[in-house]
Amino acid sequence: MSHDQIGTATRRDFLGTATAATALTLGASQGAGAQTASINSQEVQVAQLATGQSAQLTAPASLDWTKPTAMAIPKEGYFKLEQGRYGPIFPRTPANYGFTVIAKVKPGRESAIREYGKTIEEAVKANPNVLAPLRLHYLRWVMFDVGSGLHFMYQGIFDTDFDKYVEDAIALFNSTGITTVFVNLEGWPEDWRTNTLAVIKFFRDHQRPSFLEYGEYPYVTADEVRKSLSVKTALSTMLDQMQ
Amino acid sequence: MKRRDFNRLALGICLSPILTNAKLIGGTDALAQETRRDGMLELDDLQHIVITRVPALTGRYEFLSFRQADQGRAWLSGILDQVASVQRARESIEREQSWVSVAFTWQGLRALGVDQQALGTFPEEFRQGMVARAEMLGDTGRNHPDRWVGGLASPNLHAVAILFARNGAERERATRKHQTFLARTPGVEVLSSLDLDGFPPFDYAHEHFGYRDRLSEPQIEGSGLEPTPGSGASVKAGEFILGQVDESGELVPLPKPEVLSRNGTFMAYRRLQEHVGAFRDFLRQHGGPTPEGQELIAAKLMGRWRSGAPLVLAPEKDDPALGADYQRNNNFSYSKMDPQGYAVPLGAHIRRMNPRDTAASIQRRRMIRRGATYGPPLPEGAPEDGVDRGIAAFVLCGSLVRQFEFAQNVWINDPNFHELGNERDPLIGNQDGTFDLTIPKRPIRKKITGLPAFTTLKGGAYFFLPGINALRYLAGQS
Repeated sequence: MSHDQIGTATRRDFLGTATAATALTLGASQGAGAQTASINSQEVQVAQLATGQSAQLTAPASLDWTKPTAMAIPKEGYFKLEQGRYGPIFPRTPANYGFTVIAKVKPGRESAIREYGKTIEEAVKANPNVLAPLRLHYLRWVMFDVGSGLHFMYQGIFDTDFDKYVEDAIALFNSTGITTVFVNLEGWPEDWRTNTLAVIKFFRDHQRPSFLEYGEYPYVTADEVRKSLSVKTALSTMLDQMQ
Repeated sequence: MKRRDFNRLALGICLSPILTNAKLIGGTDALAQETRRDGMLELDDLQHIVITRVPALTGRYEFLSFRQADQGRAWLSGILDQVASVQRARESIEREQSWVSVAFTWQGLRALGVDQQALGTFPEEFRQGMVARAEMLGDTGRNHPDRWVGGLASPNLHAVAILFARNGAERERATRKHQTFLARTPGVEVLSSLDLDGFPPFDYAHEHFGYRDRLSEPQIEGSGLEPTPGSGASVKAGEFILGQVDESGELVPLPKPEVLSRNGTFMAYRRLQEHVGAFRDFLRQHGGPTPEGQELIAAKLMGRWRSGAPLVLAPEKDDPALGADYQRNNNFSYSKMDPQGYAVPLGAHIRRMNPRDTAASIQRRRMIRRGATYGPPLPEGAPEDGVDRGIAAFVLCGSLVRQFEFAQNVWINDPNFHELGNERDPLIGNQDGTFDLTIPKRPIRKKITGLPAFTTLKGGAYFFLPGINALRYLAGQS
């Protein structure tokens, strides 16, 4: 089977998540060895800073963590419409998955939100794995007022497509009390306890897609970072033992 | 039902030759585990298929279209008395010869005359139907609805009548009876039908690749059935039955009117053709010349030996006694017992379909499967004959989008599940020759590239399986 047959590769193809399929004769492992993912990403603009090239129309042949990579993203937040369970899927970028949810704070609720930062700090201290299901790298919670009232921004960088695990995230928001921050935001559904769909809609409606994302070590997951550091520690220990 | 009655029932089943010597299409293995607990389930209203596995060796699905609402309602009125509740099926299971269940697509509810406002209160994914959700479900390429058979992709698919019978003769009898009903309602058209047949050996449930089947099943709290050891806690009824509290502890609002939705369940139908020749070629190619090596590859694809013995508990060598022992064959987990996947590869079928203690909110993703094999078995050693054979099953859940669609979209077809990067479910994922299977192994893992497709989706649909009272409502009797 030739990958040339895949005529309409989406941007996800080069991420190893090909969704376009071609007919394949049964019974033979013809695809064996066909490892290189399809590359046909006219819609993708990827700047390979390491090579000094400006934005080019071809994607990297592999997810090379050694090459710092930037990706410009269309206004819609995706390159090609691909439906998830709850709406369009937002792409994995050199800075992995993530979201930036911005919503207006209800009047008089600033301190309630601000104080909740301490609660999360304590919760993670008590159980360092409490947020593990979110597969996070980093969280940033910001409040700001640039003249149109106080807004809250929840920016997260994580390793899973939000659409895929959204119910798990909402269950975690509820169980850790993170939801108590959201109830201070305008537009949060009153029936959030029983109406998961409305909660999902809130997040999707308030998501502001990036138009540029950059990774100094692109596409690396938190798990891979942890594994690498573990290997380094293990090697150091081994070398110590050899002294 | 009193506790004494349950004991008698369980005993009767254990002694029944059909149950000890026959493959059970509807299955009753779990019934032997029954112990009565007080529950709030309305067992006299739930269609039996939600909870009861019946001792059937054969079956037939008839897919129907209603050209006129009144004819559809007349058909439903005629068949309604044969649709047994859980309670009735339990009380009569020893003497019954066949069992009927009835379910409707959203278009089918409309065709029966359910009003637009009520139709609009059903969940969006059910309203859209499986065809519209194909891309997200991974039903593309060779699995695309354009290639489905039996009129299943058509908006004219309105209902399914599910028949399970003790044997071929009983199926014939029940089928003729159904044809008699249909003859009275010419406005009800049979789009297609599919015969289900077990095949030897009859002493345990298995599918065409040879894997023991029906090993793992969630049990509903209050159903009187207990999960086998290691299967996790009983699941709150709302995960499967509308109108019951679910695992969030909440009572999710029902579609309207309540008389229609209460005690209903959603079902995703999947007809999967199994390419047995391709599967056996693969085992020979990657398992080496010995039967042991080939069995090991088969086990790595599934996460269990074909005997049913779980790799976590029998990593090196098959243990058929373990596979057949329901007190032991689910008694394992992954996070402590096999974190790296040295026994069960992270991408193996059972590790995807039930990640056990390595997934968040696992109780909110459980599903009940009812179904059977179709088509003749391919004899061992015979070349692929091109005959259509496989599994045709219904996946029951309270929320298609949260349970079934999540499993399809994430567990089965997300190439990055468990950060594997380029893998899909090796048995039921949408395979096009570009995905891999990584088998962790010391000192270095084994990676099989370019996995072929062992299954092809030949059809599917979303159904709503109403309670008995709701069937009467739909038939215009209340």
